[in-house]
Amino acid sequence: MPHVTLTVNGKSHTVDVEARTLLVELLREKLALTGTHVGCDTSQCGACVVHVDGTSVKSCTMLAVQADGADVLTIEGLAAADGTLHPMQEAFREHHALQCGFCTPGMVMSAIDLVMSHPQGLTEAEIRHGLEGNLCRCTGYHNIVKAIAAAWPVMHGRELVAAE
Amino acid sequence: MNVMFEGIGASMRRKEDLRFINGHGHYTDDINRPGQLYAIIRRSDRPHAKLLGIDTKAAKAAPGVIAVYTHADMAPDNLGGIPCGWQIHSKDGSPMAEPAHPILATGKVRHVGDPVAVVIAETRAQAKTAAELLEIDYEDLPAIAAVTDAIAPGAPVVHDEIGSNTCFDWHIGDKDMVDAAFARAAQTVKLDLTNNRLVPNAMETRCAIGEYDAMSGDYTLYTTSQNPHVIRLLMGAFVLHLPEHRLRVVAPDVGGGFGSKIYHYAEEALVTWCAGKLKRPVKWTADRSEAFMSDAHGRDHVSTAEMALDADGTFLALRVATIANMGAYLSTFAPAVPTYLYATLLAGVYKTPAVYAEVHAVFTNTVPVDAYRGAGRPEATFLLERLMDVIAHDTGHDRVELRRRNFIPADAFPYQTPVALQYDSGDYQTTLNKALANIAWDDFPARRAEAAGRGKLRGIGISTYVEACGIAPSKLVGQLGARAGLYEVANIRVHPTGSVTVFTGTHSHGQGHETTFAQLVADQLGIPFANVDVVHGDTNKIPFGMGTYGSRSLAVGGSAMVKAMDKIIAKGKKIAAHLMEASVEDIEFANGEFSVAGTDKKKTIGEIALTAYVPHNYPIDEIEPGLDETAFYDPKNFTFPGGCHICEVEIDPETGVTSVVNFVAVDDVGRVINPMIVEGQVQGGVAQGIGQALLEAAIYDDQAQLVSGSFMDYTMPRADDLPNILVGTETTLCTHNPLGVKGCGEVGAIGSPPAVINAVVDALRDYGVRHIDMPASPQKIWAIINAGAQKMAAE
Repeated sequence: MPHVTLTVNGKSHTVDVEARTLLVELLREKLALTGTHVGCDTSQCGACVVHVDGTSVKSCTMLAVQADGADVLTIEGLAAADGTLHPMQEAFREHHALQCGFCTPGMVMSAIDLVMSHPQGLTEAEIRHGLEGNLCRCTGYHNIVKAIAAAWPVMHGRELVAAE
Repeated sequence: MNVMFEGIGASMRRKEDLRFINGHGHYTDDINRPGQLYAIIRRSDRPHAKLLGIDTKAAKAAPGVIAVYTHADMAPDNLGGIPCGWQIHSKDGSPMAEPAHPILATGKVRHVGDPVAVVIAETRAQAKTAAELLEIDYEDLPAIAAVTDAIAPGAPVVHDEIGSNTCFDWHIGDKDMVDAAFARAAQTVKLDLTNNRLVPNAMETRCAIGEYDAMSGDYTLYTTSQNPHVIRLLMGAFVLHLPEHRLRVVAPDVGGGFGSKIYHYAEEALVTWCAGKLKRPVKWTADRSEAFMSDAHGRDHVSTAEMALDADGTFLALRVATIANMGAYLSTFAPAVPTYLYATLLAGVYKTPAVYAEVHAVFTNTVPVDAYRGAGRPEATFLLERLMDVIAHDTGHDRVELRRRNFIPADAFPYQTPVALQYDSGDYQTTLNKALANIAWDDFPARRAEAAGRGKLRGIGISTYVEACGIAPSKLVGQLGARAGLYEVANIRVHPTGSVTVFTGTHSHGQGHETTFAQLVADQLGIPFANVDVVHGDTNKIPFGMGTYGSRSLAVGGSAMVKAMDKIIAKGKKIAAHLMEASVEDIEFANGEFSVAGTDKKKTIGEIALTAYVPHNYPIDEIEPGLDETAFYDPKNFTFPGGCHICEVEIDPETGVTSVVNFVAVDDVGRVINPMIVEGQVQGGVAQGIGQALLEAAIYDDQAQLVSGSFMDYTMPRADDLPNILVGTETTLCTHNPLGVKGCGEVGAIGSPPAVINAVVDALRDYGVRHIDMPASPQKIWAIINAGAQKMAAE
């Protein structure tokens, strides 16, 4: 059985896995990090999004062995050790961007990558387009879009100027 | 202390959010029990076939496999089938056909997804591999998916013992009165339409874990349910024959329901039974593709609607005939949906004096159909509000004025409809006026012209609706066929130092009950919001309640809380009177304090609670210690939210793609406890309504194979498919519950689909379009535009 060594939320793990084990299975079943969810079997819903070496990845679409040596960040690792929330978490709560909470971990992880990869700014249309890989059945996305727009200036430390 | 700000009317941020945004939600699939085994269900890939034999030998020998069970293995235990919770009687008085619904198929399979066998193994991967090794011998039979095929002469019969595909043939209203009105009408307008079959698709798939404690004989079921007590009753009493005190059902955080997690499903009974057999916990989690063929679907009606009008456009009578698809078996509440949740709403917001509706419910080789967000009311609203625009189209009446002319006026409440319901309150002119103002209706021609300049077809559509929530009272629903009561329960436990735990029979799966109910209780008891916690979802903790569906939680469950708090306050007054040496009649309660009228003597609720639990100086001969009260509340009537939705679309004639560019909802949901949550509920409902209107359809081919069986094929609304959704509220209070609340969970999905289609038809008005069935896909629209263009070129 292959073993995988990876860092998850700043902590190093070496885990034996079957070759067919997906990264999301490793996180949920081997490391008991159940914040990352599985909402489909066709890589469509984005409930399983985590960051691998700083980039958002659907962890249902990556084998655990492919994450060997990687630095993985999951929703559980986002807030500071003292409980201080990441600005995106704070924005989701403030703007009622979640209802049942099931899509939320993947949505938050995708949203952070979206904001960080758009230092020049983000329009509403770009936010909506950027969320194409994440399904939410509860909110109609309205408040998710609002939350992401609100998190951008906090994360970049300057005003978001809409560059239409 | 700013008590009012936290109370009724404040947009308090949600208590539940902290765990969800940190990944510490506690969903069923997050639970793993010691020694747990994994179940994989082998399902029929045939729509309709004789089940000749199942060879389990290879699967049983596969690595890690603990057991393989088929119907034959379960038969010796004399288990019941999956029960139906509502019985309808046909026109002729005969009870509906209620075919057996076994946990695992026997004799025949009747839809793609029908469970045939279960494999239990040490790991999920092992169970999955072994399930592929089962050899199932089928003899294919002809199959049907469409309701029109089900009633065709010589159609294949889904349940041989019934002899036809009819479940029931029901009617409501005064047929003679309607026929007479049609005979004298100046004009009549007829519309044929369908309501597309949908898959609810909560983001969390269903999951169930059964557990058995051999020492105590206790069973536990962890399940993704909207109503754990209902599951305990149905599964315990009717299927597995387990007494309630031996069965605990836990529905922890649930990742969306929208109706699909109301029902008692075979998998719940299956894992519980397997856990008892194997003396180890057994877990089953649905794949999304499995969910598509095993979660109850929604809608699927084919209808004809006819309106009789006088010369000035006043409605005289409505006649409706609907064929409703039940699927292959009866799901828990399926028979109630196209009858008492649909046909009783066909008066709509209009004072049509006579209504007659016939509903023919049929079995087909499809997944069972049951309530999905709105359940019957979206079907009624789509029919009526499409009919309004078609009447306007055919007769030349203005679509807004036609609606206004026929509205039930605000001073006519309580209003008795010709189809059984009595609406208690509403003001349809006001919600219409506000919605028209919010979308700048009068300026639409300029926006249409501007869009035309960009080569786009712009249209606007309106929908004015009423719906019914909090189905009740129990006596009435019993007469209508419900096999359950529809009250709700609350236990308010004031702790010795004045903090409060609320135990509710309702269940939150996204609605934010932990917040709204805490606000309600904090407001009424005058204590800080932070000092109130809400517990739900565990039959070992909460009293017997009916759960959450039909937007009932606040109207019925919240009312039970008020009743329990009334008892708390009444008892508190007796304690306060004793402590302050006053007469009980002189004690007043406000803002968390019991005071003696006309004096400055007062005691806080915390002081009273402490006295109740440390009863040293206490009226012990008169009242018991403690401050812990339970109330059951059985409503006097349904509640009737209503309102107006207006949608504005732009169609790209090159591609047929429709973009929703503006959406305005103005809803009357009664008193609003948390405006932020209400707004979110409406937005989410509207998103599902826009999904139904433009994108979503569960499609079966003519062999009854499910073609749209995954997120690759079934078009879920994504962020860039949807607009911002502008929500407004206008309030008339419910007159018969203590809070004046009506319910907000379903209005979005009920009001919006016809607004969207009316806008699409309006955008295509130059192409001679009278009606388009949902979903108005780009392909459909492109074909209309292209045919029209060819016609114009030919002329």
